[in-house]
Amino acid sequence: MIYLDNAATTWPKPPGVTEALVNFMQNVGGSPGRSGHRMAVEANRIVYDTREALATLFDMDDPLRIVFTANVTQALNLVLFGYLRPGDHVVTTSIEHNSVMRPLRYLQSLGVDLTVVPCSPEGVLDVADVEKAIQPHTVLLAINHASNVVGTIQPVADVGEIARRYDLLLLVDAAQTAGAYPIDMNQIDLLAFTGHKALFGPQGTGGLCIGERVDLDRVLPLTRGGTGSQSELEEQPDFLPDKYESGTANGVGIAGLGAGVRFVLEQGVENIRRHEQMLTERLLAGLQDIPGVHVYGTHDARRQTACVSFNIEGVEPSDVALRLDEEYAIMCRPGLHCAPSAHRTIGTYPRGTVRFGLSYFNSIEQIDAAIEAVHRIASKARVA
Amino acid sequence: MAETEYAVVLFHSTQGAIKAERVLLRVGFQVKLIPTPRQLSSDCGTALRCAWADVDAVCAVLREAKVEYDSVHKVIVKE
Ligand SMILES: Cc1ncc(COP(=O)(O)O)c(C=O)c1O
Repeated sequence: MIYLDNAATTWPKPPGVTEALVNFMQNVGGSPGRSGHRMAVEANRIVYDTREALATLFDMDDPLRIVFTANVTQALNLVLFGYLRPGDHVVTTSIEHNSVMRPLRYLQSLGVDLTVVPCSPEGVLDVADVEKAIQPHTVLLAINHASNVVGTIQPVADVGEIARRYDLLLLVDAAQTAGAYPIDMNQIDLLAFTGHKALFGPQGTGGLCIGERVDLDRVLPLTRGGTGSQSELEEQPDFLPDKYESGTANGVGIAGLGAGVRFVLEQGVENIRRHEQMLTERLLAGLQDIPGVHVYGTHDARRQTACVSFNIEGVEPSDVALRLDEEYAIMCRPGLHCAPSAHRTIGTYPRGTVRFGLSYFNSIEQIDAAIEAVHRIASKARVA
Repeated sequence: MAETEYAVVLFHSTQGAIKAERVLLRVGFQVKLIPTPRQLSSDCGTALRCAWADVDAVCAVLREAKVEYDSVHKVIVKE
């Protein structure tokens, strides 16, 4: 079996992740931040240690400025609904996932002003276009770090520089990059990440990193409730992370996420990136050589993540995916990938594409097998 | 009956208490996380206990590491 659907969720996970999940269930079990007995305290330590590992990965001073959520979607919604008010202006890009686009379209219907800056058909954002879109009432730039359709990496450092110059906040959707590509919180105000992709955590984990420039009074929590702290008060605490973390945490999931992040730190993001870039280069070259195959994006492994979209002339993406699964045991994802705007940008709406999402655990042999499978499917399509 | 003097440090966030424990253990202090004593706060969370003799040094380390704490109390335990 060859798993190439890592842009949706990574598999396999490092062995330490499963061990951490089992350890939490068998030996820890307490409620993090509730009660002071040893089992609860140990659960709380595990949650803290995951925060600390993430803070190391993203170069943050204070782990308590990381808020855990169920996934990146929830982290993005927290910022968009907590921070934007009718009359505010927000700038985003045409390459966004629906986890940014849908909340923004809804907020637009409530009176938030929205500008969607178009990216090029290769999926590249021009920073000058972002700057041109800024208006006096702009308060937020919401930018995808790397496209989940074509993998194109956006110039986050340059956008962050603009955000600071115009005194705006920069929100980055790092679903596709966290763990797989270097991220520096010093360039970003709000970093939303998901745990189950390149951070190698289990599904149902994610979070938001909150930079020092963010005025917490301006960002309302989406949920209010028990935090284990200040139980005597009927009002929500105003400090981090409790302000945005009501309800019992996903302790077991966060335990697994911690193991995933520590694996990334041990391997080194640079090494992970080097391996994935090498595989991507090989895949791009192999697919581009096949007659009848069209590859999208920049065609340059240095400018994208290990996420490659393509189409075979005369075969629908869903049929390609079905044949890859049934005849070659290759898992991938066809269609629109929850990002209709991104597909409009690259010119593949409504057909969609076939997407290969690679991971650190994929090998050269697997990539060559995938190229060969696409080759065969494309040859048959030409004969037919 | 022997009496021991402890300092009990209260934090806003229970995650703050863990951060304090991690930082203090790393630099070699003997500390223990305990359920927040009812006499000090009706919070249901976790507090940090250390020897009263260490209290100034402990608070200095916490300030240095930017761990925000709520208050510090002297507690005498008869053992
Ligand atoms: C760019 C991007 N944003 C957001 C998401 C949503 O992630 P999740 O479902 O973990 O919230 C994904 C992946 O599905 C993604 O690739």
